[in-house]
Amino acid sequence: MERTQQHRQVAHMRQSLFDQGLLDEQFVQLEELQDDANPNFVEEVVTLFYRDSARLVLNIDQALDKSPLDFSKLDSYMHQFKGSASSIGAKKVKSECTLFREYCKAGNGEGCMKTFQQLKKDYAVLRKKLETYFQMARQVGPVETACRRK
Amino acid sequence: MNLGSGQGSMSTASSSGAWKAGDVVPDQFPAGLRVLVVDDDPTCLMILEKMLRTCLYEVTKCNRAETALSLLRGNKSGFDIVISDVHMPDMDGFKLLEHIGLEMDLPVIMMSADDGKHVVMKGVTHGACDYLIKPVRIEALKNIWQHVVRKRKNEWKDLEQSGSVEDGDRQQKPSEDVDYSSSANEGNWKNSKRRKDEEDDAEERDDTSTLKKPRVVWSVELHQQFVAAVNQLGIDKAVPKKILELMNVPGLTRENVASHLQKYRLYLRRLSGVSQHQSGLNNSFMGPQDATFGPISSLNGLDLQTLAVAGQLPAQSLATLQAAGLGRSTGKSGLPMPLVDQRNLFSFEAPKFRYGEGQQQQQQLSNSSKQMNLLHGIPTTMEPKQLATLRQSAQSFGSINMQVNAHGNDSSSLLMQMAQPHSRAQILNETTGNHVSRITSSMGQPVLSNGIAGGLLTRNVIVENGRGAGFNPVSQGPSVVEFPMNHTAELPGNSFPLGTNPGISSIQSKGLLEEVSSEIKGSRGFVSSYDIFNELHQPKSQDWELQNVGLTFNASQHANSIPGNLGVSPSVLVHQVFSSGQKSGQNMNTPVVSKAMFSVGAGSEHGNTHNISQHLNTLVDSSLRVKTEKILDPSCEITPFPEHYVQEDLMSALLKQQEGIGPVEGEFDFDGYPMDNIPV
Repeated sequence: MERTQQHRQVAHMRQSLFDQGLLDEQFVQLEELQDDANPNFVEEVVTLFYRDSARLVLNIDQALDKSPLDFSKLDSYMHQFKGSASSIGAKKVKSECTLFREYCKAGNGEGCMKTFQQLKKDYAVLRKKLETYFQMARQVGPVETACRRK
Repeated sequence: MNLGSGQGSMSTASSSGAWKAGDVVPDQFPAGLRVLVVDDDPTCLMILEKMLRTCLYEVTKCNRAETALSLLRGNKSGFDIVISDVHMPDMDGFKLLEHIGLEMDLPVIMMSADDGKHVVMKGVTHGACDYLIKPVRIEALKNIWQHVVRKRKNEWKDLEQSGSVEDGDRQQKPSEDVDYSSSANEGNWKNSKRRKDEEDDAEERDDTSTLKKPRVVWSVELHQQFVAAVNQLGIDKAVPKKILELMNVPGLTRENVASHLQKYRLYLRRLSGVSQHQSGLNNSFMGPQDATFGPISSLNGLDLQTLAVAGQLPAQSLATLQAAGLGRSTGKSGLPMPLVDQRNLFSFEAPKFRYGEGQQQQQQLSNSSKQMNLLHGIPTTMEPKQLATLRQSAQSFGSINMQVNAHGNDSSSLLMQMAQPHSRAQILNETTGNHVSRITSSMGQPVLSNGIAGGLLTRNVIVENGRGAGFNPVSQGPSVVEFPMNHTAELPGNSFPLGTNPGISSIQSKGLLEEVSSEIKGSRGFVSSYDIFNELHQPKSQDWELQNVGLTFNASQHANSIPGNLGVSPSVLVHQVFSSGQKSGQNMNTPVVSKAMFSVGAGSEHGNTHNISQHLNTLVDSSLRVKTEKILDPSCEITPFPEHYVQEDLMSALLKQQEGIGPVEGEFDFDGYPMDNIPV
């Protein structure tokens, strides 16, 4: 049936996000928090993350434009960013944050910039994928989503 | 959510006996635990909130540390546990941790994406009861209730440990009560736990305050017994435990003795012209003001330490004390405070306070020195300014016992101790004697919730009139001002520096001191807000009863408002009522320093509704017992006093007391406090 197929598609998409290393266990934690009272909890959190972190991304970009680079500031921004990203389970983005901070500690401006470019890309890709995923999941119905992972 | 584990634990807790029938609590606990979450990251905050709700906890979230603090202050016993992020834009998480520890003594869990050893260690040293690495999992949150239970249990144990009466149950009970009292299921647990009847004065238990300690009224006889015990042991060797044993008074806990000892020490110190170390109190408070206080610094940490040591105040009380004066993070250690120095009567629980911030204050205070004895007994953190002001005006204030810091939990918590107004007053003598040591809990910040409003301690301020009693549950501003209220007579003379120095706003910026001084000046300036205090003070007789009305004010707010009065900011809990023995049974909870605001001296006579007076009474005992007695039991004591009155009355009370304290000879020559000096 169409519905079943849809379910399968959604499930498949979800799984691929994990398989590609874009999401980790924390995302599952969020899914588990979703319930009838908050049927779109995960989506809400992710939306909030992207909205709030946009400001941080901008700050980091601006800081990277300065010369000389203020590594401690960059590190501080990135620390915040990392905290947020990890709380939604954005695995890949999180590891890039870690890498960025390593470069900061080493005072490697070049490394920081390169890493950040990559990070932004992954950050955007994840966003798109999640948006698609949520859309599909909503179509299929909250129930499905909720129990799928169990 | 499976609360089974919780239940299991609960049963353990209840096993102690409190849970009598285990009816209510076990099933629901830890559901309803009131958690405050602080994190500037909205994503994390949202997730945490959801997780905590899933654990059936009651969650309040805020994204700024300042907001969190004001929430906590505004509702001392409104939360059971706090979870805070380490990195926040407006305030460092550790600083917040210290404040909370000092003012409210709640368990705090830190969290961060940073899992470096140093940061985690910092959490430990600052007193966090746990450290979570982000991203936080729900499993980690499920068990946070253990910290609440543990803390309660420990607190009770401290209290009860002294071996006083407690029946075996008692220990358990308290912990149980404590544990659950604040939990969400207050209704459930509390009832069962309320062993109140068993507790010695039990009254307090009802409240959720974290640590309800029954108030102990230090009557004249009791004090005499105490003094005898101390002398027998030798002032240097007099440790609460031994004193307790010697006294052999049923129902008296080590905590009670400890806090009383603290006050006593301060008193002695004051008598001997303390000046020397300005009681540790000053340390904390004084903070920046140092300069102003110059003399006040004596109270610096020294006193606090001493107090802390001496009093072994229960965590709570110490916390308050600390908070008050030291601005340290209290709560943390049961403070075994070693008698640091006789001088330091205030030993506010030095450990507790983490003077993180207070440190500087201390120094400052110490610098100023001597004078400060303001706080003798009051470990509150008095801002230096306040002290200074106190000093100036009040000279006589003797010890302002103030502060009681808001040790959170209960609103009442603060104030502690005022102890010893007299002796401290002496110390204060140095200058104007008003050192109002504000106990600024936040040390840096204006008076810690308790911040004894500036002038507390004016030396001899013997607040007899119990005015000082204003307990202001510190919840409000830290400005707890405790002024050892001098006898009425003194007040005017003492001129708490408070009034004079506007700068003293130490109490949270409120310049409680000023008010205090003004209060004092007015002779009692009791700001009449507390009628009760007035009554209490009645005894003016040298007994001081009220003397140390620990004004704990939340200086911040009130300080300003009360121009003439004791600046003791509302939150100032004036406790210390050294009730001179006479006082009626007010149960002064000395041990409860932390919370209770100390009954403003008035306790002595008047049955005082507030326990405060009781404290004072004890002090008086014809010898300058300035020691602020026990910290008022936050839960119970404070009730009678509306927050407001704390300030004003306290000051007057303090002043009064101070006066009475007068010249006490010899530092520890307690046996005969010359009460004569106390100008009644």
